[in-house]
Amino acid sequence: MMILSGDRPRSRILNVLLLVIVVALAVTPFVFPGAKAMNVATKICVFAALVASYDLLLGYTGTVSFAHTLFYGIGSYAIAIALYAMGPTWTAVATGIVIGLPLAALLALGIGLFSLRVEAIFFAMITLAVASAFLVLASQLSWLTGGEDGRSFTLPELLRPGTVFISKDWFGVPVNGRTLTYYIVFIASAAMILALLRVVNSPFGRVLQAIRENRFRAEALGFRTVFHLTYANCLAAVVAASAGVLNALWLRYAGPDTSLSFAIMLDILLMVVIGGMGTIYGAIVGAAVFILAQNYLQALMGVASTAAADAGLPVLPGLLHPDRWLLWLGLLFIASVYFFPTGIVGRLRELARKSPR
Amino acid sequence: MTDVVVLEALPKPKRDVVPMLLPVILALAMLPLIGSPSTWVTLTVASLAMGMMIFIMASGLTLVFGLMDVLNFGHGAFIAVGAYVATLVLLPLAAWVQADSLLMNLAVLAPAALAAMAVSGALGLVVERVLILPVYGQHLKQILMTTGGLIVAEQALYALWGPQIIPLPLPTSLRGSFIIGDIAIAKYRLLAMLVGLVVFLAIQLTLNRSKIGLLIRAGVENREMVEALGYRVRRLFLGVFMVGSALAGLGGTMWALYREQVHASMGNDLTVLVFIVVIIGGLGSISGCFIGALLVAMVANYGGFLVPKLALVSNILLMVAILMWRPRGLYAVTSR
Repeated sequence: MMILSGDRPRSRILNVLLLVIVVALAVTPFVFPGAKAMNVATKICVFAALVASYDLLLGYTGTVSFAHTLFYGIGSYAIAIALYAMGPTWTAVATGIVIGLPLAALLALGIGLFSLRVEAIFFAMITLAVASAFLVLASQLSWLTGGEDGRSFTLPELLRPGTVFISKDWFGVPVNGRTLTYYIVFIASAAMILALLRVVNSPFGRVLQAIRENRFRAEALGFRTVFHLTYANCLAAVVAASAGVLNALWLRYAGPDTSLSFAIMLDILLMVVIGGMGTIYGAIVGAAVFILAQNYLQALMGVASTAAADAGLPVLPGLLHPDRWLLWLGLLFIASVYFFPTGIVGRLRELARKSPR
Repeated sequence: MTDVVVLEALPKPKRDVVPMLLPVILALAMLPLIGSPSTWVTLTVASLAMGMMIFIMASGLTLVFGLMDVLNFGHGAFIAVGAYVATLVLLPLAAWVQADSLLMNLAVLAPAALAAMAVSGALGLVVERVLILPVYGQHLKQILMTTGGLIVAEQALYALWGPQIIPLPLPTSLRGSFIIGDIAIAKYRLLAMLVGLVVFLAIQLTLNRSKIGLLIRAGVENREMVEALGYRVRRLFLGVFMVGSALAGLGGTMWALYREQVHASMGNDLTVLVFIVVIIGGLGSISGCFIGALLVAMVANYGGFLVPKLALVSNILLMVAILMWRPRGLYAVTSR
């Protein structure tokens, strides 16, 4: 299995689960052509890549960064500002990518080098502070970023819904620019995840894991941990920025709420922990489970909340209100860190180890 | 600042005064830039008051880290909970709050602050037992667990109190300012400075002059040795955690009165500020935390006056500058 870099899922249930998710995502435009289903599927693709890149940091090097949305946001804004300022051309798309990705890498390098100079324990706090400053900057520099409103833009001709390649008669649904955008997102995300899988299974990835387990010992073995950690940071930042580019292309918009907010950072953390840290596959499972739950369970909570309100119960309607869904996720998060620190993927692999075929 | 110098003059191998002079130097350097002395006094008092409030909120976090090596990302939750509990006391007794008598105002403020401290402290007990106890010694999991705790606490506040901003007017006799010549000093800021100083002195006295303080400092230096001498360091740590949480609750109450409003997101917002202060001061150091809080407040106030655009990132710039100079913060206590 060259494409998986020799790192298979190692659990039959996980095999099936991943296959179902990937196939479902691949056929979404034809099987579930509704706008909501398409949005959910795109979000799963984008976040699977984003979470996988975060997993490279959290799961493989053991560093907690709160600045991951920063890089995601840089990617989103780069493409949005470029397309907004230069008009809907492919040159603008290329400009956004050429400026956005190196910028993210450079910033990651800066943060990495700076926080490596200070105590390691500061890293999480410094990234949190930098990310919050960036969020404020993005919402204040309205001449560049559009402030709180963000930037809406038009896509190049080829990616617009109006561009129909194959009319409705063939598959029952039209294949248009939107479908093409979806497949760009899908293939780019898949490529990034496979690339990350390659990275973590390379000698470089092994060193990262060694640093995670015992940084001092890794250093004593002669590895320049500073170089490895900074490199991993930059890699993760570039993938996150690319995910941001994809997200902005799909939404045709970039704003503080969709790309920079602390809520997204929490979502990423939840997905990586629920899916399974240090597995890359966990990113796919975590993103799929989390986003499906976010989009379809919230409706269920709304029903429960109204039912509780009708029954005249006190506090319960407030607790079950769909807006309070993070409350339950937070509890789930704590419980999973405590009881299932290895997440869904780790759990399935343990099961597979216990009962050999 | 003289009090600080006197207290720091206790027998120590080496005294490090440069960080202590930093706020003074900064304040004096700003005088010619600002120009008008009356504006300067107002801004300085404002930054001292703000700094004291931030110090009260941050002191718990730095103690908890220095002592237990626990990085509590949920510290902001205690701040917000404290503020909300204070509204429970202050809003029903609005008549007392609005009465134009300092005595009656204080008679309602004191129980509000005490209630906030009690509830935050009790919450601290629960958090320590439930969230932190299982993950002692594992930084990664501590960060994840306490971040989860912060989410849950913030959402629970939303669920119980609703998403709206709760206005919290200042008591009548604390509104307005004293006018001396052409200098205006807000009354509440004086109170905030007073409370902040009292808390700082109380912590310093406890740490430096009492047996518990001795044990705590010894525990920071070498935990196993203190345990080997037969003291239950874990119980000591639990106490420190509760006191730290209670102080966060007190700080939250004061901050809410300062801003005259309460919102569930305040815990999250203040977490960043508190982190910057703690990093600048050096994790685990109370004096460092005090100086760091003053510096952050000064940069925010002077910066906001001189270059309003810069105020957005002034905290980060300050942090970068300090860490370039001293990579472990102003005073590095722990050897970790």
